[in-house]
Amino acid sequence: MAVYSTSEFKAGLKVMLDNDPCAIIENEFVKPGKGQAFSRVKIRNLKTGRVIERTFKSGESLEGADVMDVDMQYLYGDGEYRHFMKPDTFEQYQADEKIVGDAAKWLKDQDSCTVTLWNDAPLAVTPANFVELTIVETDPGVRGDTSGGGGKPAKLDTGAVVRVPLFVQIGEVIKVDTRTGEYISRVK
Amino acid sequence: MDWQPSCSPELLSLRAQTLQKIRRFFAERNVLEVETPLLCSAIGTDPNLDFFTTDYQLPPKQRTLFLQTSPEFAMKRLLAAGSGSIFQICKAFRNGESGRFHNPEFTLLEWYRVGFNLSQLMNEVDKLIAFLFDACPLQATQKVSYQSLFQQTTGLDPLVFSCQDYAKYAHDSDLIDATTLCGHDHVVWLDFIFSHQIQPHLGKNALCMVHGYPACMSSLARINQGNPLITDRVELFINGVELGNGYYELSDAKEQERRFDKEITIRQGNKRPNVVKDERLLAALELGLPDCSGIAIGLDRILMLLSNSATIDDVLAFSISKA
Repeated sequence: MAVYSTSEFKAGLKVMLDNDPCAIIENEFVKPGKGQAFSRVKIRNLKTGRVIERTFKSGESLEGADVMDVDMQYLYGDGEYRHFMKPDTFEQYQADEKIVGDAAKWLKDQDSCTVTLWNDAPLAVTPANFVELTIVETDPGVRGDTSGGGGKPAKLDTGAVVRVPLFVQIGEVIKVDTRTGEYISRVK
Repeated sequence: MDWQPSCSPELLSLRAQTLQKIRRFFAERNVLEVETPLLCSAIGTDPNLDFFTTDYQLPPKQRTLFLQTSPEFAMKRLLAAGSGSIFQICKAFRNGESGRFHNPEFTLLEWYRVGFNLSQLMNEVDKLIAFLFDACPLQATQKVSYQSLFQQTTGLDPLVFSCQDYAKYAHDSDLIDATTLCGHDHVVWLDFIFSHQIQPHLGKNALCMVHGYPACMSSLARINQGNPLITDRVELFINGVELGNGYYELSDAKEQERRFDKEITIRQGNKRPNVVKDERLLAALELGLPDCSGIAIGLDRILMLLSNSATIDDVLAFSISKA
């Protein structure tokens, strides 16, 4: 794997730090006019998702991490593992609940999502930004209500619960932003 | 082709106005504008500065010349030759320095006041900054000693090195890399803690002058007469941005040569490119540098602050990536 020096630390670069794969978020060159140059780096641990701040002396280097974001199709869950497939090669990958994490509540069979691979093994799963899911449980709406006002909770077919306007009913398909967990609209 | 300027037309005009104001400011005070060579046969020994070299071809001879990291040595030779107070606006070059606040080629304003001590120079700096910022006035200027600033923020004494206390502070402040990076090097510890914990909070919309640096960071400044633990050096900050560095100038040729030798040894230890000391500067100091104080200010950063620009590229006609 390639080795990257502090001057090559750009947002998005994947490197190994303390034996974990990490992604650089931000790198600031700090250099007093007279004094030691540092690189102050904001970095995300891709295993834990935690963002930390680290400092390097200018010119230090880190080993690159073999990390790739791959578009895959979510196939199914068997209770223990979730299964994914590369649509072009039909190659299959499995990931346990710990790796899938919060993404699980947005994953519907056959939907596409992004699987982050580290050394060709799943490291994290990111759902599509927008997903279309069916409401399986919600209180009946109040006649004449429009989208304003408080809304009500609705359970979706993947198990996720989102707030929806009062007029939206069981059986309807809605569009949700997975980054915020917010209802966007009904889908005809 | 990516040929367009890095900065807006407004910034070109702000730069031109700022240069005019600086020239007016010094003309009113009878400070002479000078030019000195960018190509030099000797260069500063500062262990933390990397320089550019170039080949001077004069067949059959060839010589290595350096692009100056600052005009300091040449200007001091003018002072020793009796120029009186002088200022210069010029390019300086520092290899490998690139970032939000750094471009490897940048513009410096440097000036020397014959007969001024450091506090007189600080008063003049205050006036110049107020003049340059007259369209968007700053809050009242703050003057604070390095020691009190450091003690207030960290509880540590910057003048007396205790590796254990420094490491404990770093640990308690979540500065996890400090111990590995700084080791037992007092100066690196001070640079680390200052740049991470102190500098970002200096000069909220105001000029903050930090003076009385620890003697181990004296560079080309005189050691303070009353307290040998501190040096007559000042640094300027606005909104956490380092703007300039000034000294009550060291004029003792012997002491200057000792500092050169010490820095050259440090450079060798760190495997930095070798340098020779500037014998012409030493000869000039030997003859006698008049009592004076001098300071260098980064003009690009002044323009960043005047225009609220996020990066130095925003104030340069062509930043290094477009040069």
